[in-house]
Amino acid sequence: MEIFDVFLLEAVLNGILLGGLLALLSLGLNLVFGVIDVVWICYAELIMIGMYAVYVLHVQHGWPLVLAMAAAVAIVAALGAALHQFVIRPVLAAEPINQLLVTGGVLFFLQAAATLAFGIEFRNLGVRMPPLQLGEMSFSTPRIIAFAVALAGVVATYLFLTRTYAGIAIRAISQDRAIMPLMGVSPGRIYLLTSALGGALAGLGACLLVLQYDVHPAIGLSFGPITFLVCVLGGLGNLLGGLVAAFIFAQFISVGGFFFHLEWGYVIAFVFFIAVMFWRPQGILGSRG
Amino acid sequence: MLALAGVCAGYGTFQALFDVSLEVRAGESVAVIGPNGAGKTTLLRVISKLIEASAGEITMEGARLNEVPAHEVIAHGIAHVPENRRLFPRLTVEENLRIGAFHRAARAKFAERLGFVFSLFPRLAERRAQPAGTLSGGEQQMCAIGRALMSGPKLLLLDEPSAGLAPVVVQSIFALVKRICGEGYTVLIVEQNVQQVLKVVDRAYLLETGRIKASGTSAELLASQTIRKAYLGL
Repeated sequence: MEIFDVFLLEAVLNGILLGGLLALLSLGLNLVFGVIDVVWICYAELIMIGMYAVYVLHVQHGWPLVLAMAAAVAIVAALGAALHQFVIRPVLAAEPINQLLVTGGVLFFLQAAATLAFGIEFRNLGVRMPPLQLGEMSFSTPRIIAFAVALAGVVATYLFLTRTYAGIAIRAISQDRAIMPLMGVSPGRIYLLTSALGGALAGLGACLLVLQYDVHPAIGLSFGPITFLVCVLGGLGNLLGGLVAAFIFAQFISVGGFFFHLEWGYVIAFVFFIAVMFWRPQGILGSRG
Repeated sequence: MLALAGVCAGYGTFQALFDVSLEVRAGESVAVIGPNGAGKTTLLRVISKLIEASAGEITMEGARLNEVPAHEVIAHGIAHVPENRRLFPRLTVEENLRIGAFHRAARAKFAERLGFVFSLFPRLAERRAQPAGTLSGGEQQMCAIGRALMSGPKLLLLDEPSAGLAPVVVQSIFALVKRICGEGYTVLIVEQNVQQVLKVVDRAYLLETGRIKASGTSAELLASQTIRKAYLGL
């Protein structure tokens, strides 16, 4: 195999690995929007809190890594539920712009709180894993783990939404909220559950990101926008669209970066995003006008 | 079984029901007939607590429903098939039926009742994996009734089951309603199709501009001059 082809293949495979992670990151945001019709602008900051939770419990308190991660998922799930209960619920009937503004306020609040609590230093877990060699190709082990766990998270969410009463109620409420009480379902409780699930997915994403990246109060800015773009690209609120968009977007970043330069990969991906928005403003699989 | 005494209700400043009293006894089928906008749908919505009664009392088997939250009404044995069926179009037929059994007490009996609903409506069994939005109008009505039956209700509220269906389908829907009454369910049905509905129910109330104007057995109402003139065109 020519060296060029090997590196191209490596870029494509790395793109698939990145796609899995983006799919997981976009899933929670998409779920909340699809069901509650509210955009959590502060979604990436929930992930940031989750990353700090893993760091604090594992590095500062010496918890085993897996236990610290499980706790982080639970913490961010509780944070998601609290976000709904105390911030979203009072403005559920308000104009969408006001809902955006309050979650935007939470974004700044969480950033400031993290800065006060942890300072602006970059923190990391100090976990070192040797890369996986496959012939002439080399893959980062945390990325492979992130891909596998993200995929498992996506599949688990799918099974939850299709196999359980609560999951089916979550899908039903997004189609017709008003009649849910006739089914014996309290819409408020389902919204709370959806928010906790969205938070749990953010927490799982946090565990996978903190394996690869340093955490600092502004880290939300480095992948928050990408998460939103993936959701919008797939059709905001459309879970399947988000998955498809995540893998397409990741290929543009990874292969684009291979042909030009790493940073150019993002530029190419954003150009692609803008082009799609002209062609299909509702997103690849979206149906909203 | 169900009793309303002096119930008033409305939307905001608009009052839709005035001092409505009615009763449904166990095992009977009762219709509420009346013109469009008389408050028939509002009446069912008050019973299932989708809107609050501003005055009066609603009781089911002696238990006062006024303070019961809407999602707990189903626990009192009341299932409501809403106007225009309101299936979840992107859920499959089976998922729609599963949502009907969402309530704690109903979950344990899901398989048993699913078998019963499929025996009642074999068409739904054939289409169980299909999105409900792809069903025909008549099949959707079957699915909506089946969804309500999944909670194992004692009292079934049916809101205009014949609305929006082709005339030939309307016939089969009324045959269906008759069958459900025959299965031992107590039924309260709201209908504009007076002639048809009086053939299947035991008694009926006439609701006009939010007030009960007449009541009686189906035979009495079919014989009444006012009803013959205004609703049967005779």
